Amino acid sequence: MKNHYLFDSESLSQAIIEKKHRLENDPSARKNIMDYLPGMERIDSDVCGDVMEQVSRFDYARYTERDVREALLSENCSIDDFMALLSPAAEPYLEAMCWKAQAITGRYFGNTVYLFTPLYIANYCENYCVYCGFNCYNQIRRVKLTMAQIQHEMEIIAGQNIEEILLLTGESHVQSSITYIGEACKLARKYFRMVGLEVYPVNTDDYRFLHECGADYVTVFQETYDTVQYEALHLCGHKRVWPYRFDAQERALRGGMRGVGFSALLGLSDFRKDALAGALHVYYLQRKYPHAEMSLSCPRLRPIVNNSRINPQDVHERQLCQILCAYRIFLPFVGITVSSREKASFRNGIVKIAATKVSASVSTGVGDHESKYTGKNSEQAQGDEQFEINDSRSMAEMRRDIAREGLQPVLNDYLYV
Amino acid sequence: MQNDDKLVIGGHEFYSRFILGSGKYSMQLLEAAIRDAGAEIITLAIRRANNKEKDSILSYIPSGVTLLPNTSGARDAAEAVRIARLGRELGCGDFVKIEIMRDSKYLLPDNAETIRATELLAREGFVCMPYMYPDLYAARDLVNAGAATIMPLAAPIGSNKGLATREFIRILIDEIDLPIIVDAGIGRPSQACEAMEMGAAAIMANTALATSGNLSLMASAFRMAIEAGRKAYLAGLGRVVARGAVASDPLTGFLRD
Repeated sequence: MKNHYLFDSESLSQAIIEKKHRLENDPSARKNIMDYLPGMERIDSDVCGDVMEQVSRFDYARYTERDVREALLSENCSIDDFMALLSPAAEPYLEAMCWKAQAITGRYFGNTVYLFTPLYIANYCENYCVYCGFNCYNQIRRVKLTMAQIQHEMEIIAGQNIEEILLLTGESHVQSSITYIGEACKLARKYFRMVGLEVYPVNTDDYRFLHECGADYVTVFQETYDTVQYEALHLCGHKRVWPYRFDAQERALRGGMRGVGFSALLGLSDFRKDALAGALHVYYLQRKYPHAEMSLSCPRLRPIVNNSRINPQDVHERQLCQILCAYRIFLPFVGITVSSREKASFRNGIVKIAATKVSASVSTGVGDHESKYTGKNSEQAQGDEQFEINDSRSMAEMRRDIAREGLQPVLNDYLYV
Repeated sequence: MQNDDKLVIGGHEFYSRFILGSGKYSMQLLEAAIRDAGAEIITLAIRRANNKEKDSILSYIPSGVTLLPNTSGARDAAEAVRIARLGRELGCGDFVKIEIMRDSKYLLPDNAETIRATELLAREGFVCMPYMYPDLYAARDLVNAGAATIMPLAAPIGSNKGLATREFIRILIDEIDLPIIVDAGIGRPSQACEAMEMGAAAIMANTALATSGNLSLMASAFRMAIEAGRKAYLAGLGRVVARGAVASDPLTGFLRD
């Protein structure tokens, strides 16, 4: 089913609707995605060139079953082997890929599965990304939590014995300033051992500031590495600048962060090429910053508030599993996160094969942990969700289910030094 | 094993020469290591102990077993020192395995930073057990820095590839007066046995047990292999004929005076 991203919220004024339609229908009304906006830092890096050169030569139709078999027999998975494992020719070998991935995961990570929860502190956004529930033209309930409200949320979450938190905001520099995010990080350090961030990309100095406030991990989704499709889906706002987003992890590492996370949002473009690009982004950056901890995730498109038709298109669970196994075989040392976008049955299965981290007690809304955890009506304002989740298990349920699979749930093995 | 054959580390005496590493931690593995492998020293990552479950982890270590906290997660000497101090505050004792890595892919130790950390921590009274890449110069520097043992890797952590650095470990055994404990990469009991035959003082392993089909059986196999290797070392290995037979007439037979 082809995705129909575009819709008009009812309460938009005529002038705003006209502007929105112009952005949607007239490419000349949109900025060049390669042009940096004022204040955006440019860094000297060859990582993007290396990644995109490999992606441009990736013709997955040319790989044969023989290439796949050789890739599976190879002790060290080369880039070419990895390409074979991502190709359609590897689909009949999914079971063998799972066995190989499982053995590698066991060797590098044992039987552990790390747990975390996300906390959205604001959902204001200045971008128009047509597939995202937070996009600036989507009429949803917008909220920015105060520090007191954030503290309240954190107390509730910490009460579930959660030790790792991922702080998220919508991409509004005005509503969710660096100072605001930094204050939230300082609060989070009081309640949690490990603080990660998934916020709009910032400059190196700002990453350094956020690190000093207590954050040590930064995740940025590139969404799609296909620049043509990126241009057609991210119609305005800071996020439209593709190369600035691409270099975000490198700036974060230069700013002192211990680890960085990567991902493409599967379903936006050719998923095999996006999967390749995401892994190569890790591969080349790791060669440049060998001390850094790297992680990958594989989110698929999900329905959003006001548009229930959005779906991951041709990326079914089998394809997702193939990508995750290929990731594990190519990059044995990386953490692999599988979010609550996926069903419980998929997550239960994939943690035994390739994934090393899953979220639990998830809400992608703002300020609603109390009502979601306890069923009690919260007095504080609540903001709508970024997307619909597919697995609503609590931390306790997740720990129980992981243990039932013969695995060991780990709340945290991190020190802020 | 002879009762007087003790492993002495920083003045502390041990009879077991199997040390459980910290890579893949679980209660079942701890049990097997202590009960079946006879481990008297158990490694624990301080970063792993530093959570809400720390009480259950620390309280599980039976009395008589020495906890060896490690500094995994440290990327330089300063971080290793901070982590070691935290371990002491958490009640992990004075032993510390110094692990410093600046490579997330292969997890190879950084010898230069490890020497610095050893010097600083030895000064603070820690019993320092540095994990290192087997390099003779670095090992000598570690001795001078105050190390209690030297812990060279046999192969990359978790690889189960055995004594890939055999010849370099042999040099350390020959040249360094401290106990040489072979750490990382030992995948089979036979490899542990070989290292012990060479004169290693002890073996540290984890993945080989953790990823085996039967923890208890593999732990027991390691114990026997280590004991066998130790006995062979103490007995002195027989001469190995290098090429063909040994001539019955000695070459020096012509000497008359």
